[in-house]
Amino acid sequence: MLLQHIADGVLSGAVVALGAIGLSFAMKILRFANFSHSELLTWGAYFALVFLGFTTAFSDFFGGNIGPLSFGWPLLIAMVLSAVATSVLALVLHALVFEKLGRGAGHMTMVFASFGIALLLRHVVVLIWGPNPIYYSNELQFAVLLPGNVRVMPDQVFLLGLTIVLVVSLHLFMTRSRAGIAMRGVSENPDLARVSGVNVDNVVRWVWVIGASMAAIAGVLYGLTVQLRPELGFGLILPLFAAAILGGAGSMYGAVIGGLVVGLSENLSVMIIPTTYKPAVPFLLILLILYFRPDGLFGERR
Amino acid sequence: MTRNVLEASGIFAGYSPELPILHGVDLNVGQGEVVTIIGPNGAGKSTFIKAIAGLVTVTAGNVQLNGRNITHIRSHRLAASGVGFVPQNGNIFTTLSIHENLVLGAISLRSKPARQRIAEIYRQYPVLQERQFEKAGILSGGQRQILAVARALLTHPRLMLLDEPTAGLSPKAAAELFSVVRSLVDSGSSVLMVEQNARAALRVSDRGYVLAEGRNHADGTAAALLDDNDIRHIFLGMPQQYADHHIAGQNGERDHYNPRESN
Amino acid sequence: MIGVISYLVFFLILALIFSIAVLGLNLQWGYTGLFNAGVAGFIAVGAYTMAIMTGPSREAVMGGFELPFVVGLLGAMCTAGFAALVVGLITLRLKDEYLAVATFGIAVTIQLVCLNWEYVTGGTLGLISIPNPAKPLTDGPLAQNSVFLLIVVGVGGIAFWSLERIVQSPWGRMLKAIREDADAAASLGKSPTRIRLESFVLGCMLMGLSGALYVAFIGYVSPSDFLPIVTFQIWTMLIVGGSANNRGAVLGAIIVWGVWTSSGYVISKLVPTEIQAQGGAMQAVLIGLILVLMLLCRPRGLIGERMNVSRHARI
Repeated sequence: MLLQHIADGVLSGAVVALGAIGLSFAMKILRFANFSHSELLTWGAYFALVFLGFTTAFSDFFGGNIGPLSFGWPLLIAMVLSAVATSVLALVLHALVFEKLGRGAGHMTMVFASFGIALLLRHVVVLIWGPNPIYYSNELQFAVLLPGNVRVMPDQVFLLGLTIVLVVSLHLFMTRSRAGIAMRGVSENPDLARVSGVNVDNVVRWVWVIGASMAAIAGVLYGLTVQLRPELGFGLILPLFAAAILGGAGSMYGAVIGGLVVGLSENLSVMIIPTTYKPAVPFLLILLILYFRPDGLFGERR
Repeated sequence: MTRNVLEASGIFAGYSPELPILHGVDLNVGQGEVVTIIGPNGAGKSTFIKAIAGLVTVTAGNVQLNGRNITHIRSHRLAASGVGFVPQNGNIFTTLSIHENLVLGAISLRSKPARQRIAEIYRQYPVLQERQFEKAGILSGGQRQILAVARALLTHPRLMLLDEPTAGLSPKAAAELFSVVRSLVDSGSSVLMVEQNARAALRVSDRGYVLAEGRNHADGTAAALLDDNDIRHIFLGMPQQYADHHIAGQNGERDHYNPRESN
Repeated sequence: MIGVISYLVFFLILALIFSIAVLGLNLQWGYTGLFNAGVAGFIAVGAYTMAIMTGPSREAVMGGFELPFVVGLLGAMCTAGFAALVVGLITLRLKDEYLAVATFGIAVTIQLVCLNWEYVTGGTLGLISIPNPAKPLTDGPLAQNSVFLLIVVGVGGIAFWSLERIVQSPWGRMLKAIREDADAAASLGKSPTRIRLESFVLGCMLMGLSGALYVAFIGYVSPSDFLPIVTFQIWTMLIVGGSANNRGAVLGAIIVWGVWTSSGYVISKLVPTEIQAQGGAMQAVLIGLILVLMLLCRPRGLIGERMNVSRHARI
């Protein structure tokens, strides 16, 4: 039973980790706690649903499902398109609201605006797709039995694998590419980056694109392994913040480890508290972190 | 007659338009010159350098770089237009490796020339190459300043702006840094720096400007300023309060040691 | 005509009940600069306290003390204040945005407790038959509501008057000083954390009071009354009216509640019943739009802070 909880914790933690990467960057580089970030997960999941409608039209061309997975190439392509669409959505929000507020008002006004945006985004989803849960596929999938009596779905294994691939690629981007190094430079010292020739406005857009793409993929993976519903992102606000704060704002690895810690503690908590209180676990984690280590476990200090 | 790299005239600047810190400062830097700005605390020396760099808003006046107007330049275009800026605090990225610091310094170049320039910098400053993969945060004070200067040098700036480059350095490290400053001229840059360590800075400078209360107070060749009795007393060694007190009563005599050209 | 008047009374009661919560939020955000993202949670604490203290006894649920209305109001303020004290002690010394995250979390947690701690809260069904203090005094719904309106005006008036006194007191000026520059305020020998905590607790007590009045008026309480949308509504009321101005807070409450109820009415007429959820979503979208547009176009609200000396006034 313990091993099963650990496996479930790692899997749900992987989704939280992907979502928290963007939130963590936002807190450090955009310098505000973006309450609307988790809605990007919701939109990513629903965008993929739309694109899936198009790509399945070509399913003869793509062939059927991949191996034991419940989906095939159409969903993967839809996921990539969704990452693009979600990035566009994030850039539009940035241009219309956050960029303007960031210039004049204080950062708390941005936090506050993100509240309003979150509300808007969540309810527009209800308007377009309705309030009821939706699934990408109605196929039933059979769990695979791993040693230690742990059951996992093949889709969940895919989820974990994709998360690892994304984190490694992001690591390479941040350390090898000039755009990635510029992003880390802006994160540490925006003024110095500016006088060194970094176009900070562009870096900020990169941050939105990366955060939104990761969020979109996390949303699709959540939709794949759980379900799509308008409150998908809303329910993840606290887990995402817990992971980002636990990891320390601006630290990608911190966000990943934070995500795993959040996923594990949520799933292990049911051994000691009633399942109905599980959603409060990230909040308790946040309080603990803020009380003992306000900079997070891996917060970068100068 | 030397050509001027930097011509700044009538600069008003500050953090808010109602409260300018600079009240019409004029300053030129000629080709191949090292120019130092000295003056008491709060005279607006650093503000002037930041205004040139686009970090402080210029509300009136004109800044020309090689005859091109750069008054309201956006700071990230500065490096590409030929100005290297070394701020006083936080002038390197401590969480990045030394190599990554240089990559950022060369970000306005295309990637191939950037690689070549970084290689040249490594030849010039071997200490940086030896430790290129270490985090810049572990460097000593003097090495940090060298990295900061090297970072700003990558774009072959025609003008280097240095804000208090020797602040907090040991005398030995400061001396080394001043020789680096002098060598910048040999590699084709002109230098404008602000220094608390005024006497040492003037010794490696060609000319100097004295600012007080956001206005030009005096200027002249470094040697003349070093020789000038009043300047020596007020700015090169006397306690600051005394200097401030003195300036107030000195306005009438300004022209005495102010060989400013009338144009 | 009677219909219009009785609706107007009904509308005003709710708008004024909300305005008390908005006043509490105004003390926290407008005067002290504290971001409370868990308004609904503190209202819920007050509401449930009122229900438990004044409600009739029932099987398998704690409470049923049948205490007087006024005791219920005071009790609601105490429990909401206590909840605020606990949250504030942990988070107020931290950065502003962490306070936002933590208060958001407390609202989610309070919601969970309301849903699941059946022995105290009655679970999803909630608690019903909460006595209305106006009922024994009157005959007929309009008279009853009119008396209740008087009660709300009285309680709200006391809250408004006290807040006006408070913000002009030395303590109130201290709040603004801390909002502008906590370090400078600290150098005057005051503990900013202490004063921020006091402001936070006091603001949350008003939210608890608002929740208590709400329950006494509606007559029942259930977890679905305190969804996060309530927090948004209260915030929008404050921003529309203008923060750091108590009159603005009341005005904003009336305007936004008016927009909310009338849009709900229009939508219910236009939208077929089978897609009711979408109708509710339209209302929420409307509130979200008002909030964001106000921030962008008229950040100081309809009536902003009177003295325009602060960087906060731009918000």
